[in-house]
Amino acid sequence: MTLLSGDPPRGRALQVLIVVVVLALAFAPFLFPGVKALNTAAKILWMILLVASYDVLIGYAGIVSFAHVMFFGVGAYGAGLALYGFGATWGALAAGVAAASALSLVLALAIGLFSLRVQAIFFAMVTLAIAYAFNVLASQLSWLTGGEDGRSFSVPPALRPGFKWLDHPVLGVQANGKLLAYYLLFVVVVAAFLVLLRIVNSPFGRVLQAIRENPFRAEALGYRTVFHRTLATCISALGATLAGALSALWLRYVGPDTALSFSIQVDVLVMVVVGGMGSLYGAILGAALFVFAEAYLQDLMGGLSHLAEDARLPLLPALFHPDRWLLWLGLAFVLAVYFAPTGIIGALRPAEGKGG
Amino acid sequence: MSLGLTLEGVHTHIGRYHILQGVDFDAPAGKTTMLLGRNGAGKTTALRTVMGLWRASKGRIALGDARLEKLAASDVARLGVGYAPETMAVFSDLTVKENLVLGAREGPLDEKRLNWIFGFFPALRKFWLSRAGALSGGQKQMLSIARAIVEPRELLLIDEPTKGLAPAIVGALIECLKEIKATGVTILVVEQNFRVAVEVGDEVRVMDNGRIAHRGLMRDLAADQALQNRLLGLSLDSHQ
Amino acid sequence: MSILDAGAALPRPKIDLLPALTPVVVALAAAPFIGSFSTFLTLTAAGLAMGMMIFTMASGLTLVFGMMDVLNFGHGAFIALGAYVATLVLLPLASWSSADSVPLNLAVFLLAAVAAALVCGALGWVFERLIVKPVYGQHLRQILATIGGSIIAEQLLYALFGPDQIPLGLPRTLEGSFVFGEAAVEKYRVLATLVGLAVFLGEMLILNRTKIGLLIRAGVENREMVEALGYRIDRLFVGVFMAGSALAGLGGAMMGLYRGQVHATIGAEFLVLCFIVIIIGGLGSVGGSFVASILVALIANYAGFVAPKLALVSNILAMVVVLIWRPRGLYPVSGR
Repeated sequence: MTLLSGDPPRGRALQVLIVVVVLALAFAPFLFPGVKALNTAAKILWMILLVASYDVLIGYAGIVSFAHVMFFGVGAYGAGLALYGFGATWGALAAGVAAASALSLVLALAIGLFSLRVQAIFFAMVTLAIAYAFNVLASQLSWLTGGEDGRSFSVPPALRPGFKWLDHPVLGVQANGKLLAYYLLFVVVVAAFLVLLRIVNSPFGRVLQAIRENPFRAEALGYRTVFHRTLATCISALGATLAGALSALWLRYVGPDTALSFSIQVDVLVMVVVGGMGSLYGAILGAALFVFAEAYLQDLMGGLSHLAEDARLPLLPALFHPDRWLLWLGLAFVLAVYFAPTGIIGALRPAEGKGG
Repeated sequence: MSLGLTLEGVHTHIGRYHILQGVDFDAPAGKTTMLLGRNGAGKTTALRTVMGLWRASKGRIALGDARLEKLAASDVARLGVGYAPETMAVFSDLTVKENLVLGAREGPLDEKRLNWIFGFFPALRKFWLSRAGALSGGQKQMLSIARAIVEPRELLLIDEPTKGLAPAIVGALIECLKEIKATGVTILVVEQNFRVAVEVGDEVRVMDNGRIAHRGLMRDLAADQALQNRLLGLSLDSHQ
Repeated sequence: MSILDAGAALPRPKIDLLPALTPVVVALAAAPFIGSFSTFLTLTAAGLAMGMMIFTMASGLTLVFGMMDVLNFGHGAFIALGAYVATLVLLPLASWSSADSVPLNLAVFLLAAVAAALVCGALGWVFERLIVKPVYGQHLRQILATIGGSIIAEQLLYALFGPDQIPLGLPRTLEGSFVFGEAAVEKYRVLATLVGLAVFLGEMLILNRTKIGLLIRAGVENREMVEALGYRIDRLFVGVFMAGSALAGLGGAMMGLYRGQVHATIGAEFLVLCFIVIIIGGLGSVGGSFVASILVALIANYAGFVAPKLALVSNILAMVVVLIWRPRGLYPVSGR
C-alpha cells in the first residue's frame, strides 16, 4: 500500500477544503479577532512552508531524513541572531537570511553527498543523530545562541505592533505593524509554495518521482540520480530555512525549543502524513489541522481534565491534562498511519481505477 | 512414493505487474519435471508462488491432497517441500554444518543420509566447519541443494541449479540430481540449460508470458527440433 | 568417527580483529590529553561501565533491526520505563536499600533489575503486537508507527509518574569506591560492568550454541530463506523483540541508578546513542554492538573531560569517521 497521494488535488471536496483554508488564512486578521488566533494563523503559515518543503524530500524524492528541523533552526537563528546582533533593520534581516541560506546549502550538500555512501536506513538514523547534535550544540554555544534561553530581539520598525501606518482601524482591525508582519508572512509563504509547486510539477519533479519509485531504472534511463537527489535536498533545506526565518520574525524570539527540538521534527512528520505525502496541497491541510488542534485542543483537554477531577475518576485527569496533548496526538498519528496512510488528500480523493 | 504437485489457474501479481496469468500444470509424483522458458517468462515466480513466498492472487495449488495457495512459506515447507532458490541463499556467516542443521527441521542430522549426500558432494565434508561464505559458487550450489534434501522430502523445488557454473561442475550436478531422482521424490526444476534438462528431466513444461505454452514428455521435446526452436528460440545443439 | 563430531580439515577463519581494537586505539589516543593516570583510569572505568549499560540497551535493537528490518523508535520508551520500574521497586523497599548489608542491598538491586526486565519484556510483547506487527514489511510506515508509539509511551509515563524527575539513590553498600592507591573505581561501575559482561556472554552463548541462536543469526542474514526452511520466524521475532525490550529496560534501570535520577527523557537521549552504536557496530551484529558501545562510551567520557561541549558531537563525528572507513559498520552481517 503506497503512502503517497500524488498531485494535484482532484475531487470537489478537496478543492473546496483547500480554498477554504487559504481564504481563511488570507483574511485571518479580519475573520478571527484576537492575539491567539493571529498567532495560530501565523504559525500555520510557516508550518505550511516547512511541511511542504519536507514533502518535497520525503514524498517526492523519497528520501527519509530526520534533519529537516535543523534547517528550520538555521533559518530561525540566522534571522534572529542577525536582528539581535546587528540591530532591527531590514538589512540585518536580509543578511541573516542570506547567511542562513548559505549555511543550509552547505549542510544540505554535505548530507546529500553522505547519503550516497551509506544505505537509506543508515542515512535516516544518521540524520537523526546529526539533528540531535545540532540541538545540543545550539544549547551549548550560549555565547552565540543564548543557550537554553535563546535570544529575544526586535524586528524592523515597520513590523512592530507599535507601528501604526493608518490612524484608524481597517475593518475592525488595528492597522499596525503586526498586521503588516502577518501579510508579509502570507505573501512570502504563498510565493514560496507556488515555487515549490512549480518545481515538483516540472520535468525535474517528475524525474525525482521516477527516482523514488525505482532508482536503478532511473539511472539506466540516463538520469543522474545523484544530481537530482542532492538538488531536492537543497531545495527542501532552503524552504525550511525560509520557514525558520519567518518564524523568528514573527515570534521575535529564537531558542532551542522553538527552533531545533526533535518534537518539531515529529510534528512535521505528523503533518506530512496526516495531510498526505506526495502532494504539496497535503501540507496546507496537514499544517492547518495540526496547528489549529494544538492551539485549541489543549483548552478542550483542560476542561475535560477538570471534569474528570470533579468526578473523582482515577487516572483520567492526568491523561486529559493539557500538557498531555501529545499523547492524543500520538494516538491520532498512529491511527492515521494504520488506517489513513495517504492522509486527508488520499482519503478525499475520488477513487481511481485499480492501479495496483 | 512422493506426492504430485498440481497448479490450476494460478495468477500472481507483484506490485502492479501481472506475472503469472493463469498457470495450469502438474508435476507428476515421483517424476522430475523441468520448467523451461525464456527469461522473464515467470518460472522463478511460479516456484516462489508454490513455495508460498509470494501469494497467488487466484487459483489452486495442491501437493497431493493438501492445498498450498493460502499457506505461509514455513507451512508449505513443513508439508515436506524442499527449496533451493536461484540465489542459493546459503547463510554465509554460518558454517556448512550449521546450514545443514537448519535444513533438518524434524530432528538432528541423520548420519546415513549425510554420508549419502557427501557421496556426491564431497566438498561439503571437507568444508564442514568452514564459513559458508568462503565456498565457491559451485560449492554453494551444492550446499543449497544438500540443505533441501538433508531430510526426505515430498517435493523438491530447484531454481536454476547450473546457472553460472563451470561445465565440469554442471556435469557433477547432473549426476547428483540423478541420484536424488533415484529416491523417487517429486522434483520441479527450473533450468535454462537444455542439455541438463534433457539429461535429468522426465517431463517438461514450457512457460511463456506467464502461462504454460507446452507440456509433455522430455524425450519427445528433445527429439523435436522444430518444436524446440519455436518454444525456446534455439535448438539443442547451440545450447551446449 | 562420525562427521558430526569431527573437526574440520581446514582451520576456522580468522576473526577480523582490527575493528575490535578501535576502543583501544581511542583510549591510547586520548591518554596524552588526559594527563594524570588516575584520572585516565577513572574515565576509562566509567567508560567501560557506561559502555556495558549502553550495550545492554542496544543489543536488542540491533537484532530486531537485523532480523526484521524494523527500526524501532519505541525502544527508547522501554529504556525510560525500565528506570521508572526500578523506582517502583526501590522506593518502597528503601529500608533494604539503606541497610548496611551487602546481601540485602544486592537483593533489592537484583529485584529492581529483574522487575524492570520483566515488565519491559511483557510490554514489549504488547508493543510488538499493537504497533509493529500491523505494519510489517513497510519500512516508512514502521518508522512512523514506532515514532507514534514512542510518543504515546512517553506521554503515558508522564501521566503515570508525573512530569518531574524522580531521584533514585543507590543502595548503601553499592555507593562509594574501591580504592587502589591513587586511583578510585566506583563500586557501582564495577557492578554495571559485570552485569553488562554477563549479558554479552549470555547472548553469545545463546546465539552460537543453541538452535534458536542459529535461527536468529540465519534470520538476520536472510529471513525469507529461514521461513522457506520451515521455521515460523515471526514467532521467533516476537521473542527477540521482547528480549530486546527487556534488556532495554534493564539498561534503563541501571542507568537510572547510575545517574541518581529518573526521567522519561533518558529514553530519547539513549535512543540516539543506541542508534549510533548499532550503526557503528553494524546492523544485526551483537559483537559489533559490543565493541561499538565501549567505543562510544569511552569517547563520551574522554571528550566529556577534555572538551565537555563536544561530548555528544564527538560521537557523531566518530560515527561519520567509522562509516567512511567501513560503510556498513565495524562488523557487518553478510548479505545485508
